[in-house]
Formats: sequence, C-alpha cells, structure tokens
Amino acid sequence: MSTEMHAITVTVNGTHYSRQVEGRLLLSDFLRHDLLLAGTHVGCEHGVCGACTVIFDGAPVRSCLMFAAQTDGHRIETVEGLAADRDHLHPLQQAMRDCHGLQCGYCTPGILMTMKVFLEETPNPDEAQIREALSGNLCRCTGYQHIVEAVQLAAERMRK
Amino acid sequence: MKPAPFQYVAAQTIEQALQLKAEHGDEARFLAGGQSLVPTMNFRLTQPAMLIDINPLNELAGVSNGAGERLRIGALTRYRNLERDPATAPHLPLIAEALPHIAHPQIRNRGTIGGNLAHADPASEMPAIVLTLGGRLRAQSAKGERWIDAANFFVGALTTALEPDEMLMEVELPKAPPRSGACFMEMSRRRGDFAIIGVACIVRLDDQGRCAEARIGLCNAGDGPVFATQASASLAGRTIGKDEIGEAAKLVQSAIDPGGSIHASKEFQRHVAGVLTTRALTKANERARGAA
Repeated sequence: MSTEMHAITVTVNGTHYSRQVEGRLLLSDFLRHDLLLAGTHVGCEHGVCGACTVIFDGAPVRSCLMFAAQTDGHRIETVEGLAADRDHLHPLQQAMRDCHGLQCGYCTPGILMTMKVFLEETPNPDEAQIREALSGNLCRCTGYQHIVEAVQLAAERMRK
Repeated sequence: MKPAPFQYVAAQTIEQALQLKAEHGDEARFLAGGQSLVPTMNFRLTQPAMLIDINPLNELAGVSNGAGERLRIGALTRYRNLERDPATAPHLPLIAEALPHIAHPQIRNRGTIGGNLAHADPASEMPAIVLTLGGRLRAQSAKGERWIDAANFFVGALTTALEPDEMLMEVELPKAPPRSGACFMEMSRRRGDFAIIGVACIVRLDDQGRCAEARIGLCNAGDGPVFATQASASLAGRTIGKDEIGEAAKLVQSAIDPGGSIHASKEFQRHVAGVLTTRALTKANERARGAA
C-alpha cells in the first residue's frame, strides 16, 4: 500500500508530463531522475540551502520539501526553462556570467529561480532588498558580492 | 535523506480529511506547507504511515472577520499571503513585524500558519505571538468542533492539545485596539535562522496615558511559547517609563527557562531576553503613544 503509485500530469517549463510516482518521491528527485532535468540541484535536502529552488505556480519554493504527487495539475519552472534558446541567456544568467556571480555553480540554479520572481515583483531593487531576497540561498564560494552585483545589473538591463 | 514509504492521499474535502484522520489517528499526519514536517521526514525522524495532503482544500486559506474586533486566519493561509494581505499590517502588527524573521521567502511561499501552530516548535515565532495576543484556535474532528484558548493549546515542545482525530482549522486573533502599540524583536545567528530569543510586546494605554494592559510573550525561552504573566501584570495601571520597563525585563528574565544550545547558553539567552524585552517594550510604548 505504501508503494502505491499516483498518476500525475504536471507542466514543467511549458511541457506537459504524465508520470506515475510513488507518494514519497520528492519533487527535486522527480525533476532530476524522472524528467532528467538535472539543472535543479540538491544540496541539503531539508530546506536550508536553497539549491533546489524551483518556481511552483509562480512562487519560488524548495523542491526538496514537496512531493511530486503534490504537483498534479500544477505548473513548474526550472532553470532549464530560463533561457529563451541556446544562444540567448536570460538577463539574469547573462549578468551572473558578466559579473562572475558564480564559481562552482552548485547554488546558481536555485539563486536564478529565486531572483527571477524577485525581479518580476521588484524591478528596481536596492542592495538591501536583494540581500534579503537572497537570504534563503547559500553560496559557499562567492561571498555573495558578485551575485548582488549581477542581480543589480540584470535589473538594470531588464528595465530597459 | 529520503522519506520512509507512506500512503499519500490528496484530500478532496474537509470531511474526507477528517474521516481519514479519525481512522488512522496518530499514524496519519496532515500535510500543509510541509516546511517543518518534510525536513523531519527526509531525516526519517518522522515516519507517518499516511500523509493527508490538505493543500487542495482552498477553503482553509484566507483572512476573514471573526466575532467583534477579531480576525480569523484559515489554517492553510501561507505566510506569503499574510505578508500581502492588507489587513495584516494595521490589524495584526505583531505578525507583520515577525514575518520577515520567519525563515526565507521560499519557505514563506509554502509555510502555513496552521501548520506552524500545530507543529508547535518552541523556537517558532507564531505560537508566541498567538499566545501573546490571547488568540483562540478552532479544532475540528469528524465528531464536531471546539475552540481552544492559546493558553491551553500549546502543551509543550512540539505538543499541542489537538487530539489524534482533530485538525486545526483556523486561529482567531484580536485586532490591535486603539491607543495600543506592538513590537516584535528577535535575535538569531543569521537572518531567517531559528530564534535565539524572540520577544512580542503589546502595550495598550488608557485615557490618561497610563498602561491599561501590557502583554509580553517569548519564543525559544522554554518548552513552549512563554507568556510572561508577572512581567505583563507589573505594568498595568502605571505610566511606563525606564524604571517600569527595567522591572518588567527583570521579571521576564526570572520567569523563563531557556534550553541553551551550542549557539547560545542559557545565561546568554536570559540576557538577550532582558535586552529585547527592554527594547521591544520601549518601542511598543512609543507606538501606543503615537497611536493615542
């Protein structure tokens, strides 16, 4: 009974996927192992690090704290859906590259998904707002300075 | 770091959710935001046989008017909704001030007030605030419903008065009355971390500018949220100044029994409780004077 499968249909980056999932399958593992969208990274698996952040029905959430079975009929965006195409990065991605906002890159997908919604809601943020919005994403390489600069640059470019 | 197997049921109606809880009791857990429950499941500290997912039950979310000057917040109301609800800042200023301290934006996008209160973490902000406000909570089972005063709801660490067949449906809180001021302050090691100590204060003034009522509550200061009865009572009928605040802060320090941790010793927590009580009371008193 406990390994009962649940039929779900979920929209990820605009594509509908229908799958059978076990109740205990975490959304983060569903994205990585079932849909082979391994851009969503798994860090701590208890909601602290933010690496697994995806956009669920328009809001950034921890995918390690949701079950795949909960996403039936819902809409998810992951880092794979961020760039318009292979040659055109999202302004946030481009700015992270231009400002050296990443080193190892493990935390980057979670930060990008957090900041995408943040900039949509706060198009003209000050540094304090950016740091507050970033507070749920751990980065052990950069010291955050270049990430903050990248978000500022992306905001500037996106306002034009 | 993966949950143990369990049976997952997405509840279609409140009745179905309550029926399942009546059948499975403590073996079943309600899944609301999951921001406290799922981490413990990932660590296998919690291994429920069944998860009853109440997220489809939209009727459990939202802020509405209660009896008199009170607001009702549905159990499934997410922190993010409270941050954006126009009623929060004017009517529930303690909650408005505490929200930024509650974890991070991504957590607040999922976390619910009902899940948080039912989880009853002593370090959590919301139980201390509901207790300080003198709120009450509605529990429902397949057999019926009952209201539980906050003072009787929080039994101990991660323990509430909810019976195994009951679900927390909503919490009712008084709106901030005229001539009152509130203040919430918290110290943590990093933004969004669990509180080392948090203090919630309310001051209500009478026509002469004396304190008609003061209420002081704390988080992470004992086995559950703490209401500082003596310190609160010490201020009633007096004009609040430096001496009165200092006296109340000392009473708070002697009333609490913080657990201590690797991040902060009991002595340090007690010290911080005194400092934050002084600051928060001063601020709440100023705000009450500004509102008078």
